[in-house]
Amino acid sequence: MVEVTPPDPLRGSPSPQGGGSALAPTVLRLTSITKRFGPLVANDAISLDLAQGEVVALLGENGAGKTTLMNILFGHYVADEGTVEAFGKPLTPGDPRAALNAGVGMVHQHFTLADNMTVLENIALGTEPLFAPRFRAGSARDKITRLSGSFGLEVDPDRLVANLTVGERQRVEILKALYRDARILILDEPTAVLTPIETDALFATLRELVADGLSIIFISHKLHEVMAISDRVIVLRGGKVAGERQTSETDRRELAALMVGQELVPPPVTPAVRGRLLMSLKGVSTDGGRNPLRGVDLELFGGEITGIAGVSGNGQAALAGLLSGTTGASAGMFEIAGSSATNWSPSAALARGVGRVPEDRHAVGAIADMSVLENVISEQYRSPRFSRRGFLDWAAARAFAEQVIRDYDVKCPGPDARIRLLSGGNMQKLILGRALDSEPAIILANQPTRGLDVGAIAYVHGRLLEARARGAAILLISEDLDEILTLSDNIAVMSAGKLSSVSKRGQRSIAQLGELMAGHGEAAHAA
Amino acid sequence: MRLEPKPAPSLTATLAYPVGALVVTFFIASLLVLAAGANPLSVFGLVLKGAAGSQFALVETLTRATPLIFTGLAVAVAFRARLWNIGAEAQLYAGAVMTVVLGTGALPLPAPILLPLIAISAALAGALMLLGPAILKTRFGVDEVVTTLLLNFVMILFVSMLLEGVLKDPMGLGWPKSQSLIAEARLPRIIGNRRLHYGFVLAIACAVAVWIIMKKTALGYEMRAVGHNAEAARFAGMKVNTILIKTALLSGGLAALAGFSEVAGLKGNLTLDLSPGFGYTGIVVAMLAMLNPLGVVIAAIFVAGIFVGADAMSRSAGVPSYIANVMVATALLTMVTAIMLTRFRVRWR
Amino acid sequence: MEAFDILLQSTFWVAAIRIASPLIFATMGELICERAGVLNLGIEGIMVAGAFSGWFTVYSGGDLWTGVLVAALTGAAFGLLHSTLTVPLGLSQHVVGIGVTLLATSLTYFTYRLALPEVTSPPKIEPFQPLPIRFLSDIPIIGPALFAQTPLTYLAYFTVAIVGWALYRTPLGLAVRAAGENPSAVEAQGISVAAIRMGAVMVGSALMAVGGAFLTMSAFNSFFFEMVNGRGWICIALVVFGSWRPGKALLGAILFAAFDAYQIRLQQISGGIVPYQVFLMLPYILSILALILVARRATYPKSLMIPYQKGER
Repeated sequence: MVEVTPPDPLRGSPSPQGGGSALAPTVLRLTSITKRFGPLVANDAISLDLAQGEVVALLGENGAGKTTLMNILFGHYVADEGTVEAFGKPLTPGDPRAALNAGVGMVHQHFTLADNMTVLENIALGTEPLFAPRFRAGSARDKITRLSGSFGLEVDPDRLVANLTVGERQRVEILKALYRDARILILDEPTAVLTPIETDALFATLRELVADGLSIIFISHKLHEVMAISDRVIVLRGGKVAGERQTSETDRRELAALMVGQELVPPPVTPAVRGRLLMSLKGVSTDGGRNPLRGVDLELFGGEITGIAGVSGNGQAALAGLLSGTTGASAGMFEIAGSSATNWSPSAALARGVGRVPEDRHAVGAIADMSVLENVISEQYRSPRFSRRGFLDWAAARAFAEQVIRDYDVKCPGPDARIRLLSGGNMQKLILGRALDSEPAIILANQPTRGLDVGAIAYVHGRLLEARARGAAILLISEDLDEILTLSDNIAVMSAGKLSSVSKRGQRSIAQLGELMAGHGEAAHAA
Repeated sequence: MRLEPKPAPSLTATLAYPVGALVVTFFIASLLVLAAGANPLSVFGLVLKGAAGSQFALVETLTRATPLIFTGLAVAVAFRARLWNIGAEAQLYAGAVMTVVLGTGALPLPAPILLPLIAISAALAGALMLLGPAILKTRFGVDEVVTTLLLNFVMILFVSMLLEGVLKDPMGLGWPKSQSLIAEARLPRIIGNRRLHYGFVLAIACAVAVWIIMKKTALGYEMRAVGHNAEAARFAGMKVNTILIKTALLSGGLAALAGFSEVAGLKGNLTLDLSPGFGYTGIVVAMLAMLNPLGVVIAAIFVAGIFVGADAMSRSAGVPSYIANVMVATALLTMVTAIMLTRFRVRWR
Repeated sequence: MEAFDILLQSTFWVAAIRIASPLIFATMGELICERAGVLNLGIEGIMVAGAFSGWFTVYSGGDLWTGVLVAALTGAAFGLLHSTLTVPLGLSQHVVGIGVTLLATSLTYFTYRLALPEVTSPPKIEPFQPLPIRFLSDIPIIGPALFAQTPLTYLAYFTVAIVGWALYRTPLGLAVRAAGENPSAVEAQGISVAAIRMGAVMVGSALMAVGGAFLTMSAFNSFFFEMVNGRGWICIALVVFGSWRPGKALLGAILFAAFDAYQIRLQQISGGIVPYQVFLMLPYILSILALILVARRATYPKSLMIPYQKGER
C-alpha cells in the first residue's frame, strides 16, 4: 500500500476513549470461520474476539477476506466451518434477522437503501411484524428524530434517499442499525466515499457511540484511519489472520508489512516532461444526469498525469463521460488534439485517440458472459485488422487476445474463458491492456484501482506511469486521495460540478484539498 | 440458496440436463394421458408413429416444421440481442398478405423472377412490422414485449378486414379466404405427390445464413454483445440503437418468410387460420435450440413431430390433441431450467 | 349528436364498469407482481385458466363463490410455478412468462376438451346476478353503473382499496415495494426477498385468475376459446400507464373500458361504413398509444426484472 505521511493536524492522535480493557466482557466471538467459493478459500480458520466498548479494526487489502467474514457474521453468507457467538449466545448462521435480533448492525460498503423511498421508509423497513395491519409512521419518526439528535446524525426522515448526498446516506445506514438497537456495529470501508471532513465527523460519531456502550468493528484498508480510530487491529491476508496488535503498540510500517507480507516498493515517479496540449475544456457544462458539470476549465498536457480528487457525486461521472464519449458538452468549448469535439460518441473518442478505463469494470468495462477474446476486441473490431467487409477475422482477434494476455500479465484459463471467471485484478489488467495497446495520446483512468489487491494496484500504477513516460496525457479520477497524491503531476478538486484551480504536485496540503472537497474555498466562488 | 457459476460445463452435464428436461416433459404428458383414461406408452407410440412412422408421416412433419424453422430463427435472432420479439405472428401474416397481394395476378412475371421478388417483398413487410416496435423501444423507451404482443391482435383483425374486403375471393363460398395464387407464384413440391415444398429448402438455407451471420460477421458479434450488456457495448463504441434496428429488420423478415412459405408453398391462398400460433411456438423452438440457428432446425422438426404425431394419435386414441401444446410449453420451461443448471451449481448454503 | 349521446346513457356506463372489472382484477394482480420486482407475462394464460376453472367449478355443481375461490387457487398455483423459476432460480422473466401463458392456456384447452368432448355450443351456467344497492343505484347516469353491478364487480373495487392500503400503509406493503426497488435493502433488514417476491407473484396471479373468472361467471355465462383475447397484455400496459399506483391504474382501466364500450356502440350507429374490425382494433392501438405517452416519464420499480441473488455483492 502506497503511503503518504506528511504530518497533519486533522488526523487526531490514536486511541479514542472507550473500552478495550482486559476486564470488559467479550461481546462477539468468531471461532475458526472458514468459507470457500468454489476453489477459492475466502476465509481460512479465522478467529477473533470483540470486547465491549472496543473499536477493532479489520485491516487488509482488497480481496483479503474482510467483507466475506463480516457477511458471515451478519448472516448474508453461511460459513462452511466455524461458529459465531454474540453476547455469549451462538448466532444462527445465514440469517440476518437473527444477527439483527442479537444486536448486530452492519453499515454495508455498498449502501442497502432504496432510492425511490424515503429515509423513514428505509429505516423502518422490516422493523414491524410483517402482517401487522398498520405501519406506525408516527412513532418511527419520533425514534429516528431522537436517535439523530443523540448522535449528531442529522437527516430529514421524509426526504427521498435519491436526493441525499453520499455522506447523508451513510448516516441513514448508521441510523438503520441504531434504530434496531444494535450494540455491535460493523462498518465496511465507511470512509471510501467520504471527504476528509466527513471522515472526521464519522469518527466523532463513532466515539459517541462507543461512549454509549457500543462495540465497533471497522473494516478498512487505509492505515492512517485504522491508527486514528481503533484500539486494536486485526490484519487479514489471503483469508487468514496475519497478525493482531494493540494500536498503541504498533505503527503503520508494521501493519503495512503484515497486510502485504512483503516489502512493496512503490513504482518510482520521474519528473514530468510536459508535452503538447492534448485536451482542453473551457467553461464546459453538461446536461442531464444527477450531477452535471457547471462551467469547468481544464487542460491536459502530454507526459503528465492530472488527478481529479473528490468524492463521487460531484460531477466526476459527467467529466469521465465527456472524455469517454458517452456524454456531450452542452455549453463551452471542448477540444481534443486541437480540434473541437463535434459529433461526439464513444467511437469518436476512440478515433481521436482516447484510451478509457471505466469506473465499473463489471457493468461497463466488460461483458461478463462473453469470452476474454470477445471482450478484448470490443473497441477495435471494426478496424481492418479484425474485419473485412463485415466478416470478422477470429484468428487475428485470437492472436491479439493472446498478446494482451501476455503483455499485461492477465491470469486466465485462456482467451476463450468467460471473462466473468477472472478475478477483479485480472479483469482490470485486461481492460487496461485493451485501452493502452494502441498507445492512445489521452488516457482516462476512472477509479482504476478500486477493489484491487495491492499487487494489481502496483501493476496498474506502473503501466499508467509508463504511458506517462511515453508522452500520453492521463486524466486520473479517484476517490483515493493517496493514489491521487502519489501519481498526479497536477491536481484539481471536483466539487458540486465545478473544478478548482489546478495545483502542482506537492503544492497543496491534504488539509487544503479536504477543504476544497468539502466545497469550501475557491471552488465555491468560481464563476 | 445460492447459484454458483461453473467454470466450464462438463460434456455430460451439457447433455444430461436437457435430456432430463425432456424426460420431465414426457412424464407430465403421461399424467395427462392417464387422466384421459389412456395408456401413456401406447399413446406415445401412436405419436411417434404419426410423426415419423412412415414416409408420409415424416414428410408431414417436415412440412409442419418449415414455418417453425422460420419463426424459430426470427425469435432466436431477436432474443440474442435481447429484443423480445413476441410478434412473430403478426410478422408472419404481414409476409402472407404481401404474398397474396403480389402473387394473385398483379405481376405477370415468370416464376424464377416472381418468386424471389415476392419472397423479398414479404420479408420487407415483416421487417417493417417489427420496425415500429423497435423504433418505439430505441427512441421512446417503450417496452417491445407489450407492443409486439398487441400488434398480433391488430394484425389478425387487419387480415380479417382484408379478407372480407379487398382481398376477398369473389368465387369463395362460406368462410373468408383470399384469391388463389397464380401458378408462377407457387413454390414447387419437392416430392411429387407429397405436401413438402421448397419452402423447407429455403428455411434450411436461412438457418445456415443466420448461423454465418451470428458466428462470422461483425453484426452477429454486435448483436450478441448488445444482448449481453448494452451499456458496455455502447461504451465500447457500438451503435446500440442501429444494431437493434438491424436485428429487428432481420428478425421480422425471417418471420414473414414463414407466411410467404405457407401461402406460396402449402396453402396457395390466405385464410384466417393460416397460423395456429406459429409465432408463439417459434419462441419455444428458439429456446429449445438455445438460440442456436442450426439447433433451431432440429428443434423445429422435433416440435413439429409432436404436433403432427399428436394430431394423428388424437384421431385414434381420443386424447385431446392439445396435449401437444402442453408438451411444448412444458418442454420450454424445463429446457430453460436445464440450460441454467448446466451453467450454474445450486448451493444450498 | 348521436355519438355524444352515447355518453349520456346509463347503459353505456354500466357496460363500461362491467368491462373494466376483469381488467381491474388483472391489473391489480400484475401491479403487485411488478411492484415486488417481477414481470409476470403469464397473465394472459392465467386469466384463461381462471376463466375456465371458475366456470367449470360451477358447471360441476359448485356455487359461484366457490368457483371464484377455485379460480384464485388455480392462479396462485401458476404463480408459484412462475416465481419458483424466476425468483430462486433467476430464469428470464420474459421467457418463463411466455412459457406459463402457453402452459396455462394449453392445459385449460386440454382439460376443457377432456371434460366436454362433444359439445357443439359452449354450455352455460347461472352467472352472478346484478345486486343493486338501494338509493345509490338510483343516481342518474352513473348510479346504476357504480351501484347496480354484480357482487364480483363490488369485489373489484374493494380489491383496489385493499391493495392501495396494503401497499402504502402496512409493513408488508413496504417490504414488497422495497423488494422491487432494492432487494439488498430488504435482505439487509432481515426479510427474505425470495419469500416476498414469490408471495407477491402468487397473490397477484390469484387476482389475475379471478379477473379471468369474471368473464365466465359475471360478464358472460360460458367459457369459449379465445375468450381473454389479449386482455392480459392490455393490463400490462395499464400498469405502466398507471405508474404502478393502484388508484391511477384503476382510472386507466375504467378509461380504457369506457373507450371499449364506446367503440362497440359507435360501431352500431356507424352503420357498417367502417369495417367492424377497425373498431375492434382500437383498444389495442389505444393501449400502445398510452404506453408511448407515458414511456419517457415512467418511474418504474428500480429492480423490476432484475433477479436477486442472496449475498451477491
